[in-house]
Amino acid sequence: MTAARTPTLAAAKLVFQRDMTLAWRRWDEVAQPLIFYVVVTTMFPLATTPDLSALREIGGGVVWVAALLASLLALEALFRADVEDGTTEQWVLSGQPLGYLLLAKVAAHWVLTGLPLVIMSPIVGTGLGLPTSAWGVLMSSLLLGTGTLSILGGIGAALTVGVRRGSVLLSLLVLPLAMPLLIFGSRAVAMQMDGDSPAGPLQLLAAIFFMALSLGPIAMSAAIRISVEN
Amino acid sequence: MSWTWFHKLASPPHAYRILGTIAPWFGWASLALILLATWWGLVKAPADYQQGDGFRILYVHAPSAWMSMFAYVVMAVAAGVGLVWRIKLAHAAAAACAPIGASFTFLALATGSIWGKPMWGTWWVWDARLTSELLLLFLYLGYMALRASFDDPQRADRASAVLALVGVINVPIIHYSVNWWSTLHQPASVTKFDKPSIDLAMLIPLFIMIAGFQLYFGWAVSRRLRGEILRRERNANWLKEAA
Repeated sequence: MTAARTPTLAAAKLVFQRDMTLAWRRWDEVAQPLIFYVVVTTMFPLATTPDLSALREIGGGVVWVAALLASLLALEALFRADVEDGTTEQWVLSGQPLGYLLLAKVAAHWVLTGLPLVIMSPIVGTGLGLPTSAWGVLMSSLLLGTGTLSILGGIGAALTVGVRRGSVLLSLLVLPLAMPLLIFGSRAVAMQMDGDSPAGPLQLLAAIFFMALSLGPIAMSAAIRISVEN
Repeated sequence: MSWTWFHKLASPPHAYRILGTIAPWFGWASLALILLATWWGLVKAPADYQQGDGFRILYVHAPSAWMSMFAYVVMAVAAGVGLVWRIKLAHAAAAACAPIGASFTFLALATGSIWGKPMWGTWWVWDARLTSELLLLFLYLGYMALRASFDDPQRADRASAVLALVGVINVPIIHYSVNWWSTLHQPASVTKFDKPSIDLAMLIPLFIMIAGFQLYFGWAVSRRLRGEILRRERNANWLKEAA
């Protein structure tokens, strides 16, 4: 190891900035999950009933399911280009802690797909009859939930990076693991609307998020090493 | 302390031979215990005062549910051992556990649903235990799908091992979140029904059945692991000499 090694935080920042720049140049691809999110939530009133008071019953759950599916859709290609052109291989060889670099990449991905979903959710929720009083809980639960999902999905994407038809497989791997997020997130919204305090499920969501944040990079770097080494 | 016995155990020819020796013991013992528990549970144990004879499906349902979790933990431990010490045999053992565990999970779901018909009046209730079993089945299916999607067996081993470890950390979270979700929605009568204070006369055959299922698991894993070893070592010299 030479003394001139870039500090880890600076390296992670470089990875983050690089992904943001790349996304900025292809912003139409970045917008796709967001459009998907809106389209999916539009399907529920059409499939069930346009009655807002009836939609309100399932509104929180529908927003959550659509958000999970939309962020999964975008995760499939997370590592693909970098593994194919050898960038990840250089990261493995760079001597930097791989987990931090991958976490920076996932963070960039979350800013580009998770955060827009969170910001969009009040508008989508209003269409499903959610009252303005539920906006805060909806957004904060999605904020924690999409963050955790990005990390879980990062593990899944790292495992399936060299696999044909990886997108179906990725959903099959990650969705069962994401069920607790769905349960706590949609219940938090429902509890707020029923007049109960949503603090419990929100705290549980935060606990899961921090667990994913601390253990996720380890699993992600192990998975990437497996995909790169062969 | 010498670790030679451990390294010996991890070598395919030794493991193949040892598994061949112990498999029949597991098999016959499990058959004896399962037959004993079947007779005890179906004939000797008293009928339930509320559920009548319908409760007797418990003797298949509860052991399968127990084994479905047990097999997942065994699989994850084997996968972890394989990942850390790079023991191919441990990966083979994890691969052998997955279909058996998935079958137990399916059996627990099917018997739970058959049990639900006379008790709840429907084939399916979104009960906490059934729902967590269903999610466990999804985890097994994901694991097997990931394993099947690699051409290179070593990559399949290691990638699926990471998934098994992530899964085993998540299983308790999934279990408790589903429990919490269920208690918010279900009336208390169901949870009361779920945890009956069970009579000792009904409990003894249940324990015998669980022991029988455990031994069956040992037998099935030994047989499948032998098959895995044969498949993976098909070009090895020791097999040609043995044949």
